[in-house]
Amino acid sequence: MKRIGTLLVIFMFLFSGGVFAAPKSGGTLVFGRGGDSVGLDPAYETDGNSFMICDNVFEALVAYADESTAIEPGLAESWDIATDGKTYTFHLRKGVTFHDGTAFDANAVVFSIGRMMKQRNVKFFGQGYEIPEQARTPEYWVSMEMDETVDSIEAVDAHTVVFHLKRVEAPFLANMGMDFADIISPTAFIKNPKEFLRQPVGTGPFRFVQWVKDDRIVLEKFDNYWDKTGGPYLDKVIFRAIPENSVRFLELKTGNINICQFPNPADIPMARSDKNLQLFSQPGMNVGYLSFNHTKEPWKSNVHLRRAIAHAINRKAIVDNIYQGLGQVAKNPIPPTMWGYNEDVPGFTYDPDLAKAELVKAGFPKGEGLGEITLWSMPVPRPYNPEGLKVGVAMISDLSKVGISAQIVSYDWGTYLKKQRGQPENMDLFQLGWTGDNGDPDNFLAVLFDGMASPSIRTQWHNQQYHDLMIKGKTTIDQTERSNIYKESLQVIFDEVGTIPIAHSTVIWPATVNIMNFKLHPTASVRMKNVWMK
Amino acid sequence: MLAYIIRRFFILIPTLLGVTLIVFMMLRLTPGDPAELMLGERATEKALHEVRENLGLNEPLYVQYGMFMKRLMKGDLGETIFTRQKVWVEIKHRFPATMELSLCALFISCFVGVILGIISATRQYSVFDYLSMLAALTGVSMPVFWLGLVLMLIFSVNLGWLPISGRLSIMTNLDVITNFYVLDSILTQNWGALKDSIWHLIMPAVTLSTIPTAIIARMTRSSMLEVLRQDYIKTAKAKGLSKFKVVYKHALRNALIPVVTTIGLQFGVLLCGAILTETIFAWPGVGKWMYEAVMKRDYMVIQGGTLIIATIFIVINLAVDLLYAVINPKISVK
Repeated sequence: MKRIGTLLVIFMFLFSGGVFAAPKSGGTLVFGRGGDSVGLDPAYETDGNSFMICDNVFEALVAYADESTAIEPGLAESWDIATDGKTYTFHLRKGVTFHDGTAFDANAVVFSIGRMMKQRNVKFFGQGYEIPEQARTPEYWVSMEMDETVDSIEAVDAHTVVFHLKRVEAPFLANMGMDFADIISPTAFIKNPKEFLRQPVGTGPFRFVQWVKDDRIVLEKFDNYWDKTGGPYLDKVIFRAIPENSVRFLELKTGNINICQFPNPADIPMARSDKNLQLFSQPGMNVGYLSFNHTKEPWKSNVHLRRAIAHAINRKAIVDNIYQGLGQVAKNPIPPTMWGYNEDVPGFTYDPDLAKAELVKAGFPKGEGLGEITLWSMPVPRPYNPEGLKVGVAMISDLSKVGISAQIVSYDWGTYLKKQRGQPENMDLFQLGWTGDNGDPDNFLAVLFDGMASPSIRTQWHNQQYHDLMIKGKTTIDQTERSNIYKESLQVIFDEVGTIPIAHSTVIWPATVNIMNFKLHPTASVRMKNVWMK
Repeated sequence: MLAYIIRRFFILIPTLLGVTLIVFMMLRLTPGDPAELMLGERATEKALHEVRENLGLNEPLYVQYGMFMKRLMKGDLGETIFTRQKVWVEIKHRFPATMELSLCALFISCFVGVILGIISATRQYSVFDYLSMLAALTGVSMPVFWLGLVLMLIFSVNLGWLPISGRLSIMTNLDVITNFYVLDSILTQNWGALKDSIWHLIMPAVTLSTIPTAIIARMTRSSMLEVLRQDYIKTAKAKGLSKFKVVYKHALRNALIPVVTTIGLQFGVLLCGAILTETIFAWPGVGKWMYEAVMKRDYMVIQGGTLIIATIFIVINLAVDLLYAVINPKISVK
């Protein structure tokens, strides 16, 4: 009798649409977002709203896992890395076609990646393509220093591509999963290079249909998609631009859109209590930090002073009140979901007494002799910091409690970025942050804090031990070994107070309850492939 | 008359040249540059240099201005920095949306504003006068942002009568010809789309019309009051003409001159100043586009867009001047 009861419960659960419900095909999903895309050619875009479309229309050689940046096969089924770490051979998937009906092959890879190279050191297999001149700078390719990494690309046969690198670059594989490395249809591109960004053709689960500027982009299921094991399930996906957060949320509440990107934090409790809505949440792959002007004294060589600042700031209060709970206090300057994260680093506690003691050790008891310092704060909300100015105000109030007098400095966003890079004399502390590109710790730790690597590193922290670890991390291929290197570097940055990590923001998007299997990705990419509607 | 129009058009050229120069200089003097904003936190000197080089921003200012003018002479407004599209094409996509919204708002403002003004003037110091002027004052001072959201909550969320935002429902198909959706629905005889596009227009148009309605109502009232005190009105009344005839035939025509000027100016303002309304109602028009371009320092969009808007402003002013002669034949344009 008991067994029958259990069976009945299972049976009812299955038929009530529980977790085991099979995905259903069909339906149109409307995604509400804050702005329109700029362009749809993955090599040339820099903004999330453009990549969001590219994520569904294109694919790269490797892909990130559903909810992490673990690398999985994409358009390449497998790959081999030569023992010297400088030759990557990708074995491509067969039977893949672009949305325009042309076949995906090794030449398409050489074309797509080769068009971003400054020196087009490429070799096609058989009859290749003439790669048109670059109309503009492929920003991501340049800022990820790919010209300094990739020496040549060669299509060995129709389904094998070899990348020869100039240097050992451990994050290379992770870079190949980023949007800029998406593979495009050479035929479609050559037909009209100037219009490709408005008529994108890839191999992804959805094909581009229509773009009404500042209003909507319509994608349709690609029936000949190569992966027959999962989605696409949706017939259509429509991305609507609704700039105002509250209006976007109203559209969700009335059921006109199915997913609402970036709601106001105040609307989240309302979404939580609405039985027609559900919440998707994911810790963002980002960090907001406070750093020092390491190019000048006393910040450059006074570790006690830096530590005093770190312990004086109540980061929990900032996360609770300004992030409105949509974040977590940062212990390390990389997000906890990333490999290489060091759990053993204790993190800076809020301890004004300790801060005062450190100030004495630093030679500035009660802040005397320090004068009024400046704290640069961002004028615009960023993914890692919702209100830079408010955070700045909270910080100077905390600093005043230990005797340090500080004033806020801010400029318009462009000027802020420009002036900050120059490490001006009137800058003592500054806030900034980062959103990860590829899930590799190098993309945070080297890019942000290894000042010895380049004068364009924003923190300009010069520490030989840290610099050596960064080089070692970049040139070591084995991930476990690399993970240990980055853990060690995180301890160094904590001990030396190279920077003060503030918080990692959490992304929460409400959606209607009929949306199934939608997963927020740490890289903020929006993938509709396996999403279906009840 | 024709000579006058031609002369005005010739004045247009130096005016627009002045506009291009001022806008160009102001933009370059404003801190922040597009390359920096494009690359954000990841900007390095090398990447910035490459992007600037590519966009021609490393050239001296006079060369950049010269290039802009050279293209302009050929009727080319250049290409936007971010979307890499011809500025003209981008305007062509968005201008009809703004025009449709502005015309609709202007129609509401003129209709409601003039009627309110007349009734207030003819019943000066009555309850109606006080109420309508209070409404006008509220209209001028009401934040567009707040009004838009309140309208949405009442008419869309609670009553479910009107759509919240956008120009057309997701499920409505329309063959776009002119980008004026109301007109396109009529041209293609798509009555479903006609109803849908009008329904989408109502709330943004009402929101956008509040300020001009209030201004027009107050202007009509004061102008009417002034005219109604004139001797010829007394004569007309003494002749035994009906109140309707006195007000609408004799007084209104003369009182309309300053009102028409106001309407003309308000139309210009509506065309380029609908930023807030367009943002709240997700209306894909010129105002929001220009605002975003300013924030991103898309020089080409701002230069091209300002030029087009300045031209329209000047043409509207000319049209208003010509209208004077139509309203009052005693005024002649020379």
